[in-house]
Amino acid sequence: MERDLLDWIGVVPLLPLIGAAVLLLFGKRIGEPVAGWIATGLMVLAFVWSLVMLAAILGLPEDARSQTSVAFTWLSVDQLQVNFGFLADPLSITWILLVTGVGSLIFLYSIGYMHRDPNFGRFFAYMSLFAGSMLLLVTGSSYLLTFLGWEGVGLCSYLLIAFWFERTSAAVAGKKAFVTNRVGDVGFLLAMFILIAEFGTLDYGATGAAAPGASSGTVTAVALLLLLAAVGKSAQIPLFPWLTDAMEGPTPVSALIHAATMVTAGVFLIARAHPFFDASGDALTVVAWVGVLTALFAGGAALLQPDLKRVLAYSTISQLGYMFLALGVQAYTAAVFMVLMHAFFKGCLFLGAGSVIHGNEENQDIRIMGRFRRFLPYTAIGMTIAWLAIAGVPPLAGFWSKDEILESAFIAGDYGVWVLGLIAAVFTGLYMTRLIQLVFYGNERFRGDAVPAVSGGSDDDVSATDAATTATAEQDGQEIDPADRPDALGYDPAFLPTVDFTEATPRTSRLDGHDPHESPVIMLIPILALATLSVLGGLINLPLKGLDFLDQFLEPVFKGVSQPEPDSFVEGLSLEGIAVVLALIGIGIGLLLYRKGLRNAAEDPIREHTGSVGRFLGHAYYVDDGQAAFFGGPGRATAEFLDEDVDQKVIDGGVNGMAKLVRDAGQGLRHVQDGLVRRYALGILLGAVAILLFLLVYVAR
Amino acid sequence: MIAALEITPSYYLILAAALFTIGAVGVLVRRNVIVMFMSVELMLNAVNLTFVAFAKALNDTAGQVLVFFTLVVAAAEVAVGLAIIVAIFRRRRGATADDLRVLEG
Amino acid sequence: MTVVLFFAFGALALTGALGVVLSRNPVHSALWLVLTLVSVAVLFLIQDAQLLAAVQVIVYAGAIVVLFLFVIMLLGVDRREVLTEHLRFQRPIAVALGALILAEVLLLAGHTWATGAKTASGVPIQGGGDFGNNIQRVARVLFTDFLWPFQLTAVLLVIAVVGSVALAKRSGERPEGPQVDTRDARATTEGESVP
Repeated sequence: MERDLLDWIGVVPLLPLIGAAVLLLFGKRIGEPVAGWIATGLMVLAFVWSLVMLAAILGLPEDARSQTSVAFTWLSVDQLQVNFGFLADPLSITWILLVTGVGSLIFLYSIGYMHRDPNFGRFFAYMSLFAGSMLLLVTGSSYLLTFLGWEGVGLCSYLLIAFWFERTSAAVAGKKAFVTNRVGDVGFLLAMFILIAEFGTLDYGATGAAAPGASSGTVTAVALLLLLAAVGKSAQIPLFPWLTDAMEGPTPVSALIHAATMVTAGVFLIARAHPFFDASGDALTVVAWVGVLTALFAGGAALLQPDLKRVLAYSTISQLGYMFLALGVQAYTAAVFMVLMHAFFKGCLFLGAGSVIHGNEENQDIRIMGRFRRFLPYTAIGMTIAWLAIAGVPPLAGFWSKDEILESAFIAGDYGVWVLGLIAAVFTGLYMTRLIQLVFYGNERFRGDAVPAVSGGSDDDVSATDAATTATAEQDGQEIDPADRPDALGYDPAFLPTVDFTEATPRTSRLDGHDPHESPVIMLIPILALATLSVLGGLINLPLKGLDFLDQFLEPVFKGVSQPEPDSFVEGLSLEGIAVVLALIGIGIGLLLYRKGLRNAAEDPIREHTGSVGRFLGHAYYVDDGQAAFFGGPGRATAEFLDEDVDQKVIDGGVNGMAKLVRDAGQGLRHVQDGLVRRYALGILLGAVAILLFLLVYVAR
Repeated sequence: MIAALEITPSYYLILAAALFTIGAVGVLVRRNVIVMFMSVELMLNAVNLTFVAFAKALNDTAGQVLVFFTLVVAAAEVAVGLAIIVAIFRRRRGATADDLRVLEG
Repeated sequence: MTVVLFFAFGALALTGALGVVLSRNPVHSALWLVLTLVSVAVLFLIQDAQLLAAVQVIVYAGAIVVLFLFVIMLLGVDRREVLTEHLRFQRPIAVALGALILAEVLLLAGHTWATGAKTASGVPIQGGGDFGNNIQRVARVLFTDFLWPFQLTAVLLVIAVVGSVALAKRSGERPEGPQVDTRDARATTEGESVP
């Protein structure tokens, strides 16, 4: 009976996809708020069905918890057969619970956040499409089906980042995200090609079984190519700049896609393809180092960002680095645990950030916030809890997950990775403390008198400083794009682009003397729900015998892998202790620097005291700038060359040349028909001569 | 000696071929429409001569009957053809075959 | 005897043919044509086709050539033709093709595939029964084996007569000269816009 139920796991992705179809066709007519309720309702139904799937799989004996159900044969070419099928096992069920559960909360929040947006229906259509694609990604039974979902979420990410596409910075960010993802997708495709060539199948079960027996070259190649795909999707070094720019999208998008779900697809992929990684130690090393370096560098960059969402973006990149670290030391269940916990507190943080931004009249510059605890109490509670969770304070969720990862690194013997991971933990505590203190505590800097006249400043962006000297009521650090002006858009968007590190001068507050306001209940419920989960989440996987429910649940997926476990209780305890101490150190430094807020909104202590190193970090190591220069320079030149010399001259020339050839031939042949009877007579005689010749030569012999 | 030369039907065929050739060249070379027509008549005559030669060679009267028919058709053709020429060339004196190039492509 | 007749009248026929093609004056061409036709008639006689010889002279030389001359006179195309050839390569190609055709036919004439088996000369023509002279034989074959084609040619002649009368007569058309369509002239003076 359980097996029959599990056959219907395909319903889970189907529900949001139906919603997407309905809303794409009729969204505008359905309008606010019914469109939102339809989408949310379908997500809740999907969540309920996911719970049914969970119950069903728990009803099966532990060693038999895997069920594949085929909807139809998708491809059947020669020896390759790919089915459109779903795989119901602990890993996929974990993920569908995550996506539908957190997704439902975020959808609910969005009904409030997107209030009065003219494109309300379109938003929920895209969100539903995204949810459906993500669910397809995780329930697929073969790499190809996962790839289908993979591409789908990439598309939806683009659509949603560029949701307010009238703003050029948003449109550009959307394109950037899509193109960067595409680079990773090449890896996915190549990996699939190798799988087809070597194993003749794309099915997870079959490839997983064949991996140990394959040559190390094949296995490493597949693993590294899939890693490339994961790096693109999960914004690891060097394919991360798109995620920070992706903050141009609406905040629920940032929460759902760029914190809780889509970016974890990379982690999911590696977990699913773990047989290949297990068989290739080199690939695992690469994964671990990519992860820890990303965690460290992104953490450093987060320290200097003046924009609320950008801090969270870099934080996400950093936390994803931790997950990759875990995968790299084969602590797969630790990675999955981290995915879940991160979804809770990062989701809470993003939703809270949206609340703050709404309350601050769409201004995201934390330098001119402060003491919002008074005005947004519930948001403050939620975000404070999430802050402590992410920093790793026990007994909140983040502590258990991050701790397990660092512990595994140590046990696996990767001490270098472990040390760097510890440093990153300090950074995590530090930047999150800075953020929360500057926003909710400290001094009030939004009353309009906190912006000093700038005197040269220690920063790069000259245009920003020049413009700031003419601080008028409508301008802030950057020129407003003409497309952003209220009259051009038909409604007052207050949608100013996210604040860049290069903006030395804080933006002017738009509160005009009013106080910031708290958000409606519909937005607060999800925030507080996620905050609660951030507190209690750790309970699903405590490192005590018998209480590690998640580890046990995921056991069948990773059987055969020896995941790092502490040898003794004492060893585990001491490692945990080290992690806690470092987290507290980070928080302590942060409080020291920022407890009272900023004395001067334009002067950030970290920024001041780190000089050129700080600039390097703040620019995210110029990775973004470097990529832009490369593609803008040689890349553009190549594209132009291909367009003019290859496409126009060769290809078009060939095609047009054919037409010209035909036309000229016709022109030449035209003269045969000149209307002269005598010429025609000549032709007839010529024909007669030919026939007679033929007769003579062939017949009369 | 001259009398000992036997005139086989082949001689007539050769003669007919020569007549035919002359007629064909005449059609191609002359511009005057009437003369072109006359050249066609020459060709038809050559054919008639051939038929009669074969009738003699194969000992079959049908050859001569066919000449009859050729003659009839030639007569009809001349009548209609000249009528057409009259219709076309009534207005233009000195017109030649080359001037009839309405169907020029 | 036959030999002499053959060569004499063969030569005359060829001379006439050349005269037709090479004369500048169409009337001269017609006269040379008569020579050819009569020579061919004689050649028919030599080959025991007496009826045909007579018919040739009567129909061809007597009617068709006369018709040609009538038309020449009617249209006044008896002027001398200009010698220069305007179409390029027409003459050389024509002569070449002519030579080729001659050669081919001559070659074909040597093959029994084309000509069939010969019978001995001097034997009177058979066919149409064992009795009677040429006219009777021709008549017998014509009205038995070839009756159907005979009727068809009758129809053909009727059609030719009707056709040539219809084609050549002036059907009450307007006198020659520049035509003025009064309708169009009125339209333009009224200043209608042309689409």
